[in-house]
Amino acid sequence: MADAAASSQPTAGSDTNRARWKYLDRILNRPGPFTDPDEFRPGNYASVDRAKILVIGAGGLGCEILKNLALSGFKDIHVIDMDTIDVSNLNRQFLFRAADVGSYKAETAARFVEKRVKGVKITPYCGKIQDKDESYYMQFAMIVCGLDSIEARRWINATLVGMIDENDPDTLKPLIDGGTEGFKGQARVIFPTMTSCIECQLDMHAPRAAVPLCTLATIPRQPQHCIEWAHIIAWEEERKDITLDTDDPEHITWLYQKALQRAQEFNIPGVTYSMTQGVVKNIIPAIASTNAIVAASCCNEAFKLATNANPFLGFPGTDNYMMYTGDESVYTYTFEHQKKDDCPVCGSGAVARPLEVNPSATLQEFVESLAERPEAQLKKPSIRTGTSSLYIQSLADLEQQTRHNLVRKMDDLVEEGEEMVITDKAFPTQFRYKVIWKK
Amino acid sequence: MADLPPPVQGPTAKEKKYDRQLRLWGATGQIALENSHILLINSGPGVVGLETLKNLVLPGIGNFTIQDSAVVSEDDLGVNFFLEEEHLGGFRAEHTCNLLKELNPDVQGNFITEPVETWLTQPEVLKPYTFILAAAPIRPELLARLSAHADAVLVPLFYIHSVGFYSHFSVHLPPAFPVVDTHPSPETTDDLRLLKPWPELLEYAAAKTANLDAMAADDHGHVPYIALLLHYLEEWKKEHGGQVPTTYKDKTAFRTILSKAARTDNPEGGEENFEEAVAVVLKSLNPPEPSSAVKDIFKAPECILVTQQSASFWVIAHAIGLFYTKYGVLPVPGAVPDMKARSADYIELQNVYKTKARKDLAEVLDSVRFLERNTNRSAPIDEKDVEAFCKNAAHIKLVRGRPLHVVQADSSLTWGDRAKSMAQTLTFPDSLVPIYIAFLAWDKFIATHNANALGGAPKIPGESDADMDTDTEKVTSIAFKIADDLIKEASASPDEDEYAAVKTQIGEFGQELVRAGGAELHNISALSGGIVSQEVIKVITEQYVPVDNTCIFDGVRSKTAVIRV
Ligand SMILES: [Zn+2]
Repeated sequence: MADAAASSQPTAGSDTNRARWKYLDRILNRPGPFTDPDEFRPGNYASVDRAKILVIGAGGLGCEILKNLALSGFKDIHVIDMDTIDVSNLNRQFLFRAADVGSYKAETAARFVEKRVKGVKITPYCGKIQDKDESYYMQFAMIVCGLDSIEARRWINATLVGMIDENDPDTLKPLIDGGTEGFKGQARVIFPTMTSCIECQLDMHAPRAAVPLCTLATIPRQPQHCIEWAHIIAWEEERKDITLDTDDPEHITWLYQKALQRAQEFNIPGVTYSMTQGVVKNIIPAIASTNAIVAASCCNEAFKLATNANPFLGFPGTDNYMMYTGDESVYTYTFEHQKKDDCPVCGSGAVARPLEVNPSATLQEFVESLAERPEAQLKKPSIRTGTSSLYIQSLADLEQQTRHNLVRKMDDLVEEGEEMVITDKAFPTQFRYKVIWKK
Repeated sequence: MADLPPPVQGPTAKEKKYDRQLRLWGATGQIALENSHILLINSGPGVVGLETLKNLVLPGIGNFTIQDSAVVSEDDLGVNFFLEEEHLGGFRAEHTCNLLKELNPDVQGNFITEPVETWLTQPEVLKPYTFILAAAPIRPELLARLSAHADAVLVPLFYIHSVGFYSHFSVHLPPAFPVVDTHPSPETTDDLRLLKPWPELLEYAAAKTANLDAMAADDHGHVPYIALLLHYLEEWKKEHGGQVPTTYKDKTAFRTILSKAARTDNPEGGEENFEEAVAVVLKSLNPPEPSSAVKDIFKAPECILVTQQSASFWVIAHAIGLFYTKYGVLPVPGAVPDMKARSADYIELQNVYKTKARKDLAEVLDSVRFLERNTNRSAPIDEKDVEAFCKNAAHIKLVRGRPLHVVQADSSLTWGDRAKSMAQTLTFPDSLVPIYIAFLAWDKFIATHNANALGGAPKIPGESDADMDTDTEKVTSIAFKIADDLIKEASASPDEDEYAAVKTQIGEFGQELVRAGGAELHNISALSGGIVSQEVIKVITEQYVPVDNTCIFDGVRSKTAVIRV
C-alpha cells in the first residue's frame, strides 16, 4: 500500500539542509505508538521530497492545499485549474490580491507559493482536467482534489479507476477529495477499485431539486420562483439573441428587475439583487475557515499516506470519510463508506445498479429525470439496451434517428429487469442500470 | 424596458468582495467583525494562532494585534507560511503581522515584541482588545492572569494547543452568552401550530376546503396542505370526542385517511398537495412545546429578576416567559414553508401566519416596554431585537461560559460539577478525553520544567532526542495522576478492563505528544486554526452555536470531540 504513495529510494540527494524542517523531522525521525513499524522508516525524507503530487483546483480549497503540501515537505507539486480570479474570491483565496483579478488561478497560486516556500517546485496547468490523458495522471503518486464541481470529481474518479492494471501496483493512484459548503464539508480518501469511490458515494451529494416549470410559469409563491422565471422563461422570450452572461451586471440587473416586477404582480415579498445573483449563479456560501479545515484534513491524510508517519484514512477496511459540520458547535463523523458492488464505475460489473423507472413516463421525461436523480446525475445521457438504441445524443445524426423515441412511454421501450447502458460524454465510462418499475 | 422599475444600485465593492460570507452572517455579522480587535499571544512554533488570524483577516475583522517576542529562525520557515527568508533574525510578530495585513487592506494589524512576562504586568494593557487568543505553551501564572481579565471584563478568551498530530482549544465565554440568531437547520424550524390553531387560521382552512369533495380536479390538487391537515383534523375530532390524534397509532391512522382522500383519477395518479400533507403528519402534529433548554432560560435567575442593568436579552426573555406562562406556547414565528398551492392562496396563508406573528410580537413588546418603565431603563430596546427573538424563540441558545482549567505547578486540578460526566466520558471507547488529559499533563510538565537552571524559557517534553524516554515517562505518569484524581473526585469506579484501557490510551497519547517535541505540523495547525477562527466568528457575530467549551482534534484518526469541562 505504502509503495503506491511513497518512493523508497535512498535519501541521498534530497534536501541536505534540514534546519528548516526541524519540526517536521521530529515526526519523520521518530516512530510513534501508532506507526506501523513495517511501513515507517525513520529519516525517510524522500517519502515526501520525491513524491510527485497533483492538486486539482486552485480555488478556496486549492490555495490552502498548495500551502499545506509545500509546508508538509512536498517538493514536486502540479496544479490544474481552468478558472481566472474574480473579486468575490478574495475573501478566502488568500494567494490572490486585488491586482490579480482576471489572471489564471493555477499560475498565480503556483508562483506565490514557490516564492514563499523556497525549494518547492509547483507546475501549473491552466486548463481542464479533461485535456489530460492517462499517461499524464500516471506520473503522480497521489491526487488531491479541491473542486466545487461534482462532474469534474466524477470524471477524475472514473479516469483513475480506468487506469488500474491489477498486475502493476504503480497504476493505483490514491485520490484524496475535499468539498465544502458554508460551515460544512468533507474529506475522503479513495483507493480506486479497492475502496468506495466517488460514484459509490454519489447519493450523498444529491443535487437540489429543481422547481417544476409549471410553478414558475403559473403559480409562483417564493421570490426564488420569480427569479427562476426571469432566468429560464423571460430571458428566452425577450432576449433570446443575447447569450446570458451571469457575470455581466447588466444581465443580472435585467433579471432582477424582471423578477421584481413579477413578484409585485403576485404580491410576493423578498426579491433582492443579491438573491437574484445567488439563484442565477447557483452561489454556494464559502468561507476561509471551512476551506482551511477541509483542505488541511486532506493534506494531513496525504502526508500520512506518503510517509506512514501515522495511520491514514482510506486503508481498505478502515474509515475513509470524514464529515464536518461547524454551524452548531463542532461535529465530525468519521466512518468507512462501503464500496458498492453495483457501482457503475468501480463495481465488479456482475451486477447492474437498480434504477426505479416510472413505466408511464415518456422517454423524454426519463432522460430529464436522470439529471436530478441523486444516484445518476447525468445531464446529457445516451441510452441503449441490449437490443436497441433508445436515445443517442452524442452524435447529431444518431440523435435525429432516435429522437422519435422521446415521446414513447418507458414500458413501451424496456421491460422490467432489462439492463440499460447509459453513457454521457462528461464521463469516461458507461453506467449500467437495471430497470425496476416504480409502484 | 419602459415598464421596468428604475435601474438598481448594484452591489458595492465591499459587498462583492464579501458576497460568499454575507450569505451566511449578513450585514450585522459583518459589522460585528469589523468592530472587533483580536489579540493573539503567540508562542512555540506559532503557527496555529497565525492560521487562525489568517481566516479572520480574510473575512475582514477590524483589528488584530500579535504579541510575540520570538525572533525569526530557520525552523520557522519550514512551518509558518507568513514568513520569508529575508525575515530571518527579525521579530516574528512584526513580519507575520505585515504578511497577514497583505491579505486584506481593510484590516488594521499591530504587533508587540516585548516579552509577554513583562508586557502583561503593565496596567490596562489588555484594555483595547475585544477578544483574546492565547497559544500554548504559556506560563500558568500568565494564563491565569488572562483568565481573570476575561472574567472581570467579559472578554472571550481562547486557549489553544497544537502539538504534533493533536490539537485542543478551550473557550472561556462570559457566564451568560446568549445567541438569538442560531441559524437552525430549515428542517427543524417549521412551527405551524396545527394542534393549536387560532380562529383566523381555522377560518382560512375552512374557506379553502369548503366543498372539497365537489371541487374541480385542478382546484382540489392546489389546496394548500396546511388547510388540508386542519380540515381533516376537524373531521377526526368529530369522530374522536374532540381529541386530536396524539399516539403513533392514531397518527398513522390519520395519515391513511389523508392518503385515501387524495384523488388518483388523474394523469399523475396522485396529488402533490396530499403527498405533502401525508409527509408531515408525524413531524407536525405535535404540541408546540418549547425545548427544555428554552424553558431553562425562563427559569434562569437573570430572567426572573430583571433590573435596570440587565442585558436586553434578559428583558426580552422575561417578556417571552410571561407570554409562555399565559398561553402555554411561544410567539408564532410566522414563517410558512413552500407548498403546492396557487400563488394567491399561498400568499394569503403567509399573511395569516404573519399577522398572528405580528400580534404576538406586539404583546411581547408591550411587556418589554412595561418592564423598561418599571426598572427605569433609559434606552428602549430596539423593536427589531424583540422581533428577532420572537421569530427564533424556539431555537435560542444560552451558553454558560466558565473559566479555563489552568494547570498550576503546585496544585491539582479539580473538576467540580463536571467531574462525574468527565469521568464517564473518559472511559467511553474512542473517547478523546484522554487526549485532553495528555495535554493537561503536557502543560504540567512545562509548568514544572525549565530549559536551563536559570529559569527563563520552559522546557518542552521531547525537545531533545536524548530525553525522549524520560520525558514520555514523566508526561504519562502526570497524565495517569490527573486521570486518577478525576476518577476519585467523581467517586467513579470503572471496572478493571475499562481502567486498563484508559491507561493504555493515555500512555499512547502522551507518547505521541512527546514524539512531536513541541513541534507543530502545518496541517494540524491549519485545520485547528480553521476551527478556532470559525468559533471566533460565531462568538463575535453572536450567530450560530459556539463550542461549549473544549474541542479536541485527533489527527491520527481524523476525529473531533467537544466536551464541557
Ligand atoms: Zn465505486
